[in-house]
Order: sequence, then C-alpha cells, then structure tokens
Amino acid sequence: MHIAFGIMFYIAGLLLVIGLIVKIKQYASTPAPLKIPTTPAPVTRTGVVWRMFTEIVFFNSLWKSNKWIWIFGWLFHFALLLAFFRHLRYAIDPAGMFGFLWPLVNNWAVQTAGKYAGWMMLIGLLGLFARRIVVDRVRYISSPSDFAILLLIIGIALTGVLMSFVAHTDIVQLKEFTIGLLTFNWQPMPTDGLLITHLALVLILMVIFPVSKLLHAPGIFFSPTRNQVDNPREQRHIADWARKLESSN
Amino acid sequence: MADFETPEIKEYPVIPRLKPDVMSHSKPFVAKEQFQEPLGFPGELVDNWQDKAIEKMGELQGKYRSLQVFLDICVKCGACTDKCHYYLGTTDPKNMPVARQDLFRQVYRRYFTFAGKFFGKLGMPGFVGARELDKEVLDDWYSYFHQCSQCRRCSVYCPYGIDTAEISMAAREVLDAVGVGQKYCNEIIGKVFKIGNNLGLPEPALADTLEGLEEEVKDDTGIDVKYPLDVKGAEVLLVTPSADFFAEPHVDGLIGYGKVFHEAGISWTVSSYASEAANFGMFIGSYENMRRVSMRIREAALELGVKRIIFGECGHAWRVAYSFLNTLAGPFDFLDPRYPVPQHICEFTYDLIQKGALKFDKSANDHRVMTYHDSCNVARASRMGPMPGGQFKIPREIIKATCNHFYDMPADTIHEGTYCCGGGGGLLTDDLMELRVKGAMPRMQALKHVVDNYGVTHMAAICAICKSQFSKVMPYYGFTMDQIVSVHQLVSDAIVMTNNEV
Repeated sequence: MHIAFGIMFYIAGLLLVIGLIVKIKQYASTPAPLKIPTTPAPVTRTGVVWRMFTEIVFFNSLWKSNKWIWIFGWLFHFALLLAFFRHLRYAIDPAGMFGFLWPLVNNWAVQTAGKYAGWMMLIGLLGLFARRIVVDRVRYISSPSDFAILLLIIGIALTGVLMSFVAHTDIVQLKEFTIGLLTFNWQPMPTDGLLITHLALVLILMVIFPVSKLLHAPGIFFSPTRNQVDNPREQRHIADWARKLESSN
Repeated sequence: MADFETPEIKEYPVIPRLKPDVMSHSKPFVAKEQFQEPLGFPGELVDNWQDKAIEKMGELQGKYRSLQVFLDICVKCGACTDKCHYYLGTTDPKNMPVARQDLFRQVYRRYFTFAGKFFGKLGMPGFVGARELDKEVLDDWYSYFHQCSQCRRCSVYCPYGIDTAEISMAAREVLDAVGVGQKYCNEIIGKVFKIGNNLGLPEPALADTLEGLEEEVKDDTGIDVKYPLDVKGAEVLLVTPSADFFAEPHVDGLIGYGKVFHEAGISWTVSSYASEAANFGMFIGSYENMRRVSMRIREAALELGVKRIIFGECGHAWRVAYSFLNTLAGPFDFLDPRYPVPQHICEFTYDLIQKGALKFDKSANDHRVMTYHDSCNVARASRMGPMPGGQFKIPREIIKATCNHFYDMPADTIHEGTYCCGGGGGLLTDDLMELRVKGAMPRMQALKHVVDNYGVTHMAAICAICKSQFSKVMPYYGFTMDQIVSVHQLVSDAIVMTNNEV
C-alpha cells in the first residue's frame, strides 16, 4: 500500500512541478506587445506591486464586483493558507534540514487556526457550489468539470475535517510516511479509509492542477491588465515580433 | 420605430433573468471581397477554414500573452456575468462576458489543452467545457463577437483582470483570417488607407468644410479664428475623428478646439493625409492594420514639421493614441520633448485653464444642466495628465469651468465603472441597430436618474462614437438627439474671445 502511494506521489509531484514549469515558462516567454493595463493603473513598478498585492491578498477586484463570491472565495482561499501551515507539521522533521521552521509551525496558534480552517474551507466551498446551482447566470457558465473540481476539493476538506474532529488517523505513522517520502526512505502508512481517501483526492488535485483552471494561481501574476505599469507615453514598449514589422518597411 | 422592443427602464437597476439565444440573429453585414482584399484578408470563407482558424488561434496565442493567460485562467466564478451592458440590455446569456469568452475558449480547450484533447478522444469534450470548431461555433463567433464593444468593463471586475476585449479582438482576427470579415470596420479601414479618413472625405471636401467653419465663427464672434489644413511648420498637428468635420454635435467640438488654439496663440493644422483619429485596426484585433493606420500620423507629423501632436475628442482613438501610438509608430523623438506624445485636447485646454489663459462666461451655458459620460476606452484604457484617474477629473474640470450646473450620474455607472454607449468597438452601424439600442439601456437608465433627480438637460462626452450613438439611440428612450453635446462645445459656447490677432 505505502509503496503504491509512494510511487503515485512521486509521479503526481513530478507532473505537478513539470506541468507548472512548462506553463509558467509559456506565460513568461509569450510577449505582451501592447500596453493594456486596466486603468486607472499605477504609474510606477512599486505601484504595480501594491496593486498585485491587493488583488492576491484581498481579492480587490472581486470585492468591487460581487460580495457573495468574495466572501465564499476569500474564506476558502484563506482557509487553504491556514490548512497549508497546519500540514507543514507532517512534513517537517525537527531534526532535519527545515527543522528551523518547526517552532513556527508547531505552536498552538497555527495548529488551532489550521484545525478550524477546515470548517471555514467547507463553508466557502459549499457557498461556491450552491451559487453554481442556484444563480442562473453561474449555472449557465458552469461545465461538469467546474462542479467536479469543487467536489474534489470538498472531498479533501471533508475528509480532513473528519480526521481532525471525528476519527483521527495515526498521525505519528503518517509523519514517518511523509518524511520517508521526502528523504527517499520509504516507511509504512496508516491505512484507515479517511486518510486513504484524503490522500487519493490530493493526488488527483496535483495531477489536474497544471491542466485545468487551477492555473489561475500562477496565471494571475502574468495578467497584463493587472501587472503592467501605465507609462506608454514615457517609455516605448515593443515586442520582438512587432519590431520585425518595422524593418520590413 | 423598429422591429424590436426598446428595453424598459426600471426604477432601479435589476439583473435580468437569462433568455437564451434571443440575440443570435444579430449579425453585422459580412465584408465582400473588395473590402477584405486591401487589408490582406481572403475575400470569402476559405475551404479549409477549420484548419486555418485553429492555426491562426495558435499563432495569436503565441503573440499575445493576454490571450494565452486569459484562456487558461478563468475559473468561471461568475463575477463578470452581470457587468456587460449588452447582457443587461439584451438578457442573452452569451452576452455575459465569460460566456462570450467561452465561445472562443471552448475551441481553445478542445485543440490546445490536454484536458480538451483527452476528453475529446473519450467523446465527451463538453465535460471540460471543450467543443469542436464547427460551422455553428463559427456563426456564434460572428454573431456574439460583434456584440462586444471592447469596453473593458468586465476586466475591471474580474479577479484576474481577464479582458473580454482581448478575446473579441482575437476572435475577429481569426474570422478575418478565414475570410469572414465585418463590412463596417473593414470598409472603413480601407477608406483610411485610400483617402485618409473613415468617412472618405478627400482633401478638397475637408478644405471646404474648414473654410465654412471659419466663416461661421466669424459671423458668430466677429473674430478670425483659423481652421487650417496641411499648413507646414505649424506648432501642433491636430488629429481628430473625421466625424468632427461634419456631424452634430461633433463639429461644435471642433469649433471649440479652434477657439482654444486661437486664444492660446498656438499655430495648428489638420492633415488631409492623417485626417482621422480613430483606428479601426484595433477593433478587428489586427496589429498590422492598426500600425499602418498609425504610421500615417507619424508620416504627416514629419511631413508638416510639427512639434506636437494633439488628439481631438475620441474614445477608442485615445486608447490607441495614448497606449499604443508610441509602440506602433514611435519613437517620436523629432517632436518637442517638453510635451507628452500625443496629448489629448482636454489636457491641452485644462493646462490653459490652470494657467488662467482662458476666460469663460459660464452663464452662456446656463440653459444647460450638465452630466458627463465617461467614454469606456478613455476611462479604462488610457489616462490624461500625470495622475491615474486624470481621465475622469480633467474633462469634468473643463465642464465645471465652463458651466454652472453639473451633476454626476450614479457612482457605479461612471469613472472605471462607466457603461459603454452601446456603439463602440466597431458596432456603430445601422445593421446592428437593435443591439445598439438595447446596449444603451444601462447608460440611459443612469441618465434618467439624474434627469429625474437633478433636472439634468444635457450629457457631454468626448468620443465621436458615443456622440453619434447617443444622437441616434436617445430618442428610443424618450430623450432628444440634441441632449448629447461635445465637451469642447461647452468650451466653445462659454469662451470669451480676447485675442483678436491672427
């Protein structure tokens, strides 16, 4: 069992990392031939950093747009961050290379916030799911895969919450398994249904990440309407393929 | 008045329920070969159009980061679904920005993504929102990508800044590449190449018109205000939409520019070679055509030996001028470096007002209670002055300097949230009248609010398309066509002429 999961985690991890590298390289290397920031836009690089910060941390544009989507979406993403920090405890060996992070992760605040974040995540996800069914406009634009991705993450959150609040897995053994994966020294894993389901769903999520709309995570950093400086009159902006047109006449 | 119903203006804005396909019949006339060929496009639908279209899509994804990123990252959250004026006015779900994009994205998913190819092979591409490119899809593209005015309102509200205008431009470019161009835009671009402006006004007609304006202003004010054409060595080249030369209320704006130049004592000229500010190359997404149109302005500036370039009141034109001109036809190192290239006529007038160089008798506009319509591409795709948001402040300051009564429309319908007039993006054509009337509904609703509450009598705008569109559609909503005015018309009416030297 643990060998099968170990191999699957390596494969999924590779697909995730390679897939993301390919897409990020594609975004970075595709030229943006024209200045198209949505204005009013910052006129300095620093201003753009602040604009991106407010978009990524506070979902600024979404706030202006729709308060319900903002509430559910932000709850989910913030909970995701909290849950991520909680999970670091299962992947950091206090005596290992990243041991210096241990006190930051293994404390009451991070662990408690991460524990209850599971509920927050479920509220956000169920809210988004409900909108896809209840609001006719959102129902119209939803594909089966949009529901499927939501269900997948709901499944991950739900099994996580159940393990925290109802039926604990053998967390000591789980940690030995994850550390073993990371150090290429494979160890057995707990085999209760909740954990197996939780991990299997995470594997699927890792694999579909670089081939689905989940690419919004890296993609937003490359969105020209948000990341460009508004200075077209001051500085000439030209792409290589466009420069070639100039020499042709 | 027509074979469709003008939308009802409700007391409060409401998000309409979906009525699928009610606008699928709306299509502009297709360009015949004679209008396709001068732009380098095939004259009719090519035989292997599927392959050609997919090839073109791949080419564009490689040339435009915006397109590539936007096609990938939409999560279908629905934030944009109630933001498009065409959706609000028509209730057709394919006019929701995300649904419009998905017409293109479904094909991208099918041919360019692992998910689409994989589920396509399983015979269920729809599971991941992918679809084969068939004739039905192509017809949908032609219909619905000509129901987008590229106004960018959706991009303000998208959490990732996805701009449907970028998708629309790409889709129109693919359509052109397979031989299905839009007559209105492509015919007009051809006229610019051949004659120099959208309306096809040749040099003698321009000279005649400008001379007529001089006489008219002389009769009105007793002062010799010049409206010069092709004057070498003038300080300023004025590039203005050709509608300014004859249409109402546009021409009143042009009269205003002339008076401002006169008072400032700055010599200026119009060029018959580059007698058009608008650049329809942008509407069809064609960088090459947009560049060719822009180069005429550079050539005219060099030929006439001017030191500055100033653009007249025009919305999409100002986007191309402000955001793209330096890229397309720069660098402008042969012009006076003390001034931005190009400048907007409103920036020019506002600077003079700041310096106290213009005198106004505001009471001349006392018969008007004003509001101001932010033109979409000025608001969301450009700037005026050194500060972000100058594009909102400067025109309003000009109005307030020339009028005693000014009220803004509701906050969510102005500034960056402004509604398009309904005729932008290459849709200002009679074959799209139903779309234009319906698309104007949100703006008409906001206007009605200030008319009812503050007794507003006139709305000013700084875009030739907005002005033409409103003159045409306002009567459908119980207003009159003369309730839309140029900002420089207000300047023209209030300015006190003190400089009698020519």
